[in-house]
Order: sequence, then structure tokens, then C-alpha cells
Amino acid sequence: MILRAYTKLDRRDLRWRIGVVNIIFGATSLLICLLAPLVGPTPISLRAAFDSSIPFTENVDAQIFFIARLPRALAGALVGAGLAGAGVVLQALLRNPLATPFTLGVSAGASLGAILVIILGIPLSVAGIPAVPLASFVGSLSAVGIVYTLARFRQQGLSTGILLLAGVTLNSLFSAIIMFVQYLADYTQSFQAIRWVMGNLDVSSYSPIVSALPFLIVAFLIFTWLPKPLNLLTLGAESAATRGVDVLRTQRLAFFSASLATGAAVSLGGPIGFVGIIIPHVVRLLVGADHRIVLPASLFLGAAFLVICDIAARTLLSPLELPVGIITAMLGGPFFLWLLVRKR
Amino acid sequence: MTARLSTFLMAAVLLYFTLPSAAQSRVPQRIISVVPAVTEMLYAIGAGRQVIAVSSFDQSPEAAALPRVGALLDPDMERMFSLQPDLVILYGSQIDEEGQLTRAQIPVFTYRHGDLGHVTSTIRLLGKQTGRTYDADMVAAAIERDVTGLRVRLRDRPRPRTLLVFGREPDTIRNVYASGGIGFLHDILEAAGGTNVLANVQREAAQPSSETILALAPDVIIELRAEATTENKIAGDTKAWEQFSTLPAVRSGHVYVLTGSELVIPGPRVTDIIGRIAQLLHPDAF
Repeated sequence: MILRAYTKLDRRDLRWRIGVVNIIFGATSLLICLLAPLVGPTPISLRAAFDSSIPFTENVDAQIFFIARLPRALAGALVGAGLAGAGVVLQALLRNPLATPFTLGVSAGASLGAILVIILGIPLSVAGIPAVPLASFVGSLSAVGIVYTLARFRQQGLSTGILLLAGVTLNSLFSAIIMFVQYLADYTQSFQAIRWVMGNLDVSSYSPIVSALPFLIVAFLIFTWLPKPLNLLTLGAESAATRGVDVLRTQRLAFFSASLATGAAVSLGGPIGFVGIIIPHVVRLLVGADHRIVLPASLFLGAAFLVICDIAARTLLSPLELPVGIITAMLGGPFFLWLLVRKR
Repeated sequence: MTARLSTFLMAAVLLYFTLPSAAQSRVPQRIISVVPAVTEMLYAIGAGRQVIAVSSFDQSPEAAALPRVGALLDPDMERMFSLQPDLVILYGSQIDEEGQLTRAQIPVFTYRHGDLGHVTSTIRLLGKQTGRTYDADMVAAAIERDVTGLRVRLRDRPRPRTLLVFGREPDTIRNVYASGGIGFLHDILEAAGGTNVLANVQREAAQPSSETILALAPDVIIELRAEATTENKIAGDTKAWEQFSTLPAVRSGHVYVLTGSELVIPGPRVTDIIGRIAQLLHPDAF
């Protein structure tokens, strides 16, 4: 239905189309985020949860709602939006449909940081921010720095070829170091490290969200500026330059905003796969390839998708937890294949 | 020619029938154990002098000077063969290594972690294998007597609903691993007079979400740490639970961190672990 409505609108004003898509995707993801904390393995009374006459330290319903469920939904929405947005930007920057937020080594750097803290037990906690998210963010920034320096090394501009190759190489290098550290670690620590890589949105407090939020906001603000130059950049750097795009500045902003979003998202929820590559493609199949529509729609759909996956993660095996990274691929994979076959 | 062949065949047949039986009847004198729990059992039943090499994770003081031959994931087979063992103790999942040793006609004893009863039955089995049946029986019986004694002593006391945690992310309550309703940790918690809040989860390791932990509302939380740690770190680890302020365990201050390598080794020191947990759960019974 929606698809047919879009094709009819195709020739009308683009701004109107952007508005419609944004409202539909935005409203859907907002609705899902609002409903998510109402669902869970434990039946809770909402009236009790919002009853301010019961002290918070005695109100189990309120603690389940405000400590266990709400931060999870928020974290899921932020991580989903961050990864999906980074996926769109990197696919455009590298002009490669297979690019993911993890292609440029950001997630491997983040994983290395997190795993070093888990296994070596480095007490790195700063200002109430736990050590593992902090280390993973530092790890991702180091990876970004290395990849960027290499890509700028011999050229005036930013070589996307070197960016891609350096990223892929850094991924393998970091993975090797991770394996080495894990190999030397003892059994329970290795298990913790493996678990971290599977992704987990059960943040159980707001402090990780608050510490990741500024970076995500900066990235999202840059995302609002990017769509137009990205549209031109997908035609190739030279033709973009002839149309007045400052190519290097666009590439630089695209690279840093995507890396920042990825680093913050991974430090919050772990390297959750699949969202960053599939959501942009799903959105493109639904609404076309114009980044002015694809980018915001991907942010919304990424948020909604990850929140839904996380509902499955915490209810399917209840009272146990299922790693959310398993669900994103298991739920998203078949859906994407179906969409692919249906559209062609 | 035929006479020579028949003599050779006869010798071969004789060798075939005599060698394995001789090996079986002989008590092993050169034992390699790559499982720390079993190494501890061997020392406990007095078979320590027969042990010639141990796992690289082994911390028993008696085995400090012995050569290390790798562990679960990286057993050094060449080293093992060069030490000419007459019994090798492997973990049950080391199937390839078991095959290699069996082909080399080296007897293998495979072990897998099990429940509390498995500790004493393994000790008895090791006694038979190493010719120390009597000592093994004594050690196993002593464990069983201690456990039963404790059960009797705590029989009429209320059993606090306990969450037994053996792993989580540092500084925060994320990725919590706790004992499910089967296996060694569940058994020692029950033997120490507690009720496992995750008793209905039919797995050894359970991963409860923060919602599940809040909903289960344990009276006591006990964290087990194999590695040594500082008082400061323990205080920080206990404090991390305070964000779940509705938990009875947090409200009454019954959050504990226990440290020691014996906590994760289902060996002869099992009664020490049960005793330490029982003292936390029932301080006035001792």
C-alpha cells in the first residue's frame, strides 16, 4: 500500500515526499519505542510503576520499568539509528553497497579495547563511566585515527580505496590480536569477551546512554548536512567537484560522523551486526536512493528494528537473555532476502 | 620358511594377548593430568607421586615443580608423548587427543565436570585406576560426611533465596552469568542451605537480564571470583549492585564477593566452598 502511494507521489514535490516518509517512519519508530518498555517477561503494574507515593527503593514495578526496560529501549533506538545511519553514509562514501559501519575497522578497534579491559581487568573507569564502554570507545577512535592517517598519507584528498583496504586490514589485524588475547585468557574471561561481541543492550542504568549521547548527537547533526553532497558524491568525486561539492570536506565529515556514530553505538551495545548493512538497503528498496530520504528513514527504521529485536532478545528465552546480535541476523536475514526476491 | 612364519605369528599372537592385560593390571606410575580438578583429586587420594606432568592452569602447590603440558584448548601432545605416560587424564571434549593417545596404546581417563555427586564418584574411580582404592574411599566418604553433616545442621533453618553469580562485566551489572538449576554450583548452593533463585532453569549457566534479577528479588547475592582481588575492588563490586535498590539482598546488605581458586574447581576442596557459602547464608549456625 505504502509503496504504491510513493510511486504515485514520485513526480510531486520532493520536499513533500521527504516529509511524508519522515512522518511515517518517524511515527512508527516512536510508537515502537514507546510500546517497547510495556513488553517484558515479567508482568508489571504500570499504575504502581508511576505511583510516586511509593518510594523508588521499594517500588519493584518502577525499577523494572525505569531501570530494566526504559534504558534498554532508549539504548536500542540510539544504537540502531547510529549503526543504520553510519551504514548509509559509508556505503555512499565508499560507493560500495557492501560497506558496513564495521568495514573501516571501527568495531574491531572497539572490540579490542573492550576485550583488553575484560581480560586484563584494567581498572579504567572514569567519572562513573564503566571501563568496558570507555575502552571500546577509545579503541574505536584509535582505529579511526589510524585508518584516516593512512588514507591521507600520500594524497591530497582522501583516498577511498586506501580507506577501504586499510579498514579491512586493520579489521584482520585487530581480530588477530583479539584472538591472541583470548587464547591466553582463562575460561570465564574468554566467555565474557565472546559474550560482549554478541551484543547486549541491557545497560541497566542511564549513565552509558548519557555518556554516548553527545557523540551520537554530533554525528546525527552532521548527518543532517550530508545528504545533498552525498547524492552528488555517489556519481563520483570528479563529477561532484564540477558541481561545486567540496569533496574532501564532504568525505572527511562523512567518515568522521559515521565513525563517531559507530564508535558510540558499539560502546553502548557491543558490535551488533546486520543493522548497519541491511537497514540502508531495506530503506532503499522501499523509498528509492535519494539520500535526503534514505538517511533519515534509515535512522528511524534502524531504531525501530533494533528495539523490536531487543524485545525478542529479552522475552524469547525468558527468564534468560538471548544475545541481540543473534536475533538481528536471524530476523533481518530472511526478511531482507524475501524483500530482495519480491522487488526484483 | 613356514616354520619361521608360524613362530613369528605365534609370537605376535602371544604379544597381542599378553601386552594389554599386563598394562591393565599394572598400576600407572607416570600419570599426566590436564584437568586441574582431577590433579587436585589425585593429590588428595595420595597418588601425587605418580603424577609426572600437569595442566598449564594448575595451581596446586604440590605440582608447582612439575612440567606443564598445555590445557583444554592447547594440549602439547608432543611433550606428553616424550614424557612416556602410562595414564593420561583428559577433558571429555578432547576427542582428537584421546584418539591420538589410544592409537599410541596409552590408557586415557576422560573426565567432564558434573554435579556434586560427580566429585566423589570421580574420586572413587580415580582410586581404582591408580591403585589407591582405600584412600580414595576415605576422601570421598569424608566429603560425603561433611556435606551430610552440614545438611543436618541446617535442616530446620529457612533457606535464603540466593543468586549465585560467577561472572559479569566489571564496574556494572551487565552480562551477568549465574548458576542455573543443575550442576556443581547449584549443588553447592543447595548443600550450603540456600535456595537457587534460578533453580527452574535447566542449565548450568544462566544469563538473567536486569529485569529478571529485579523480578526474582533474591534475598542474598553471592559472587564467586577465581582470581585474587583487593578489598577495594570487592567493595566496588558489592556497591555496583546498589542500583537495584529494591532487591532484598541489597536492602539487607546481603551481597557478598567470595574469592579463591577453589571456587571454580570441583575437586576435593568442595567442602571448603560449601562451608564458606553456608557461613554467609547462616552466620548464626556456626
